[in-house]
Amino acid sequence: MSRLIELVGITKVFGTQTVLDNISLYIRQNEFVTLLGPSGCGKTTTLRIIGGFEQPTSGGLLFNGQNLLSTPPYKRQLNTVFQRYALFPNMNVAENIAFGLKIQKASRGEIQTQVANMLKMVNLEGFEKRNVASLSGGQQQRVAIARALVNKPKVLLLDEPLGALDLKLRKEMQVELKAMQQSLGITFVYVTHDQEEALTMSDTIVVMNEGKILQIGTPEDIYNEPNCAFVANFIGESNIIPGLMIEDYRVNFCSREFKCIDKGLGKNTNVEVVVRPEDVEITSPESGVLTGVVENVIFKGVHFEMRINTQNFIWKVHSTVQAQKDSTVGITIKPELIHVMPLRGATPLANSNGFGSHLAASLLHGDNNAPGEKVAE
Amino acid sequence: MKRLFVFPYTLWLIVFTVIPIILVAYYALTVTADGQTSFTLANFRWFFEGMTPGEPFFQRLYVRVAMRSVYLALISTAICFVLGYPLAYILASKGFRNKSFLLFMFIAPMWMNFLVRTYAWLTILERNGLFNTLLQRAGLPQIDILYTDTAVLLGMVYNFLPFMVLPIYTSLVRMDKRVIEAAQDLGANPVNVFTRVVFPLSLPGVVSGITMVFMPGAATFIISNLLGGAQYFLLGNLIEQQFLRVGNWHTGSVVAVILMILMVISMAILKLVDRGQAEEEGARV
Repeated sequence: MSRLIELVGITKVFGTQTVLDNISLYIRQNEFVTLLGPSGCGKTTTLRIIGGFEQPTSGGLLFNGQNLLSTPPYKRQLNTVFQRYALFPNMNVAENIAFGLKIQKASRGEIQTQVANMLKMVNLEGFEKRNVASLSGGQQQRVAIARALVNKPKVLLLDEPLGALDLKLRKEMQVELKAMQQSLGITFVYVTHDQEEALTMSDTIVVMNEGKILQIGTPEDIYNEPNCAFVANFIGESNIIPGLMIEDYRVNFCSREFKCIDKGLGKNTNVEVVVRPEDVEITSPESGVLTGVVENVIFKGVHFEMRINTQNFIWKVHSTVQAQKDSTVGITIKPELIHVMPLRGATPLANSNGFGSHLAASLLHGDNNAPGEKVAE
Repeated sequence: MKRLFVFPYTLWLIVFTVIPIILVAYYALTVTADGQTSFTLANFRWFFEGMTPGEPFFQRLYVRVAMRSVYLALISTAICFVLGYPLAYILASKGFRNKSFLLFMFIAPMWMNFLVRTYAWLTILERNGLFNTLLQRAGLPQIDILYTDTAVLLGMVYNFLPFMVLPIYTSLVRMDKRVIEAAQDLGANPVNVFTRVVFPLSLPGVVSGITMVFMPGAATFIISNLLGGAQYFLLGNLIEQQFLRVGNWHTGSVVAVILMILMVISMAILKLVDRGQAEEEGARV
């Protein structure tokens, strides 16, 4: 599949603050790409640069291989669903949706048909004449989506579109949006700070922090193979333990040596070890590599959430097996579930079990999507 | 509790609005002859027939005064709008640097007394005033603007312009800038963004601007008196003349009532136009 949008070394400086620091990334046709990161990480600015509402300080933006930066927003073949929707308050629902078509000078009949189609798609039939201010958040959100999609854009940019909705509605809309994207075959570029939303909907997730891209990959990649402690911690919960890489496949943490599958980090290097709470196995005290005291047990429905103190570290553990509070238990971790990360600020190394490769080759993020696509890289 | 707070305002309204209006209406509908007061429409007849009852309606003296008042108020409102909207737009645009300074410069004259400012125009526009001196220096022929419609209009526009600019400026500044981006995003070029989004959304400001210029414009008498000369008659001057110089409260009141009716009609028309626009927008889909 071809590269539809390409950001090449984009930097954006507001005053003295560097909001985006040399961002490179490409988005392919029909892809659902999510820019994920905490607030202030530059994800919205990235979206606004693609939409044309901000100009980068330096760098390039290509659309189908053509320079897009000199094109004003109203000439770009993209549409945006804005944070908090930005519907036109002086127009009713139908007029809001018809706006783009009127600008294109579509015929009256054409406008009516299209608006009716859109209202049907977003389940708002009968709302034509309603004042947009009288709609609920979820309804306004649907109008905003219909207003953008009626123009049949090649790309839909969505800036935290579900942020203002309550949890239940948000979940419903996530499913609906994903279904819409698949049935319409439109490229979605989605901005959110909600990691769960990103995991649910995306084909590709771009994790950002402090104006930099940390990792690009499929939801599975990002979750299972985070390439740094930040990503590991931001996407789901993690135990992050300071450790020492003795040599390839051998790492020491919590005063014990563990086997692992990481290599290429050098000998006797300080590292960070990341272990997901659900990857920590609880055993009898005798058969555990580490032993610790259960300090806290919380029932979470599907699993128990526990805090286990092993003298030099307090482990977050998710398990369907309940350990008794204040009892002593053993802990083991399978080698393939131990993720060794270079320390923050250190240069990530390629080939360290594939973790670093995403960052080192952030431009080549397609390498772990559908199998057949590898060739294109 | 709420009632207690509302009370002073209610009292204020009764004393300074309701009672005066009733009094004015009472005087307008009565005449006093030989110490006897009786209800009559004679004052209205006096106004509409004027000194020259034989002439066609629109050429009668006071009818002409009323028409000129409305005409000048309309023209000055239109000029204020044409000058004021772009100014408000420039002031409200975010790219504009010395915004607060310009706004200050624009509002500063309002701190000065209205009368003083109008007198200043008198000296500027005089035959040997600043304006003509400058024309002379430039080698151009002098012109007598003072005591003409132009001078009165100039005075009205000068004095009322801030009342047009400020409400429009406020409505533009308060406007959600994201709807402008949304319009651009949906393919609207700058002209379309303005005509379809910015201007419609600033209409409340425009309407209050028009109201705030047209009302005092139709009622003014100081500006017309100073810059139009003693012979220059608008409804405001007529009211002043009847009350203070002729001393006839009945005829003075009837002019005031007619002025009020004219204003109510104008505001009703403005409302109708405003609503008509909204409906027309609605009908387009």
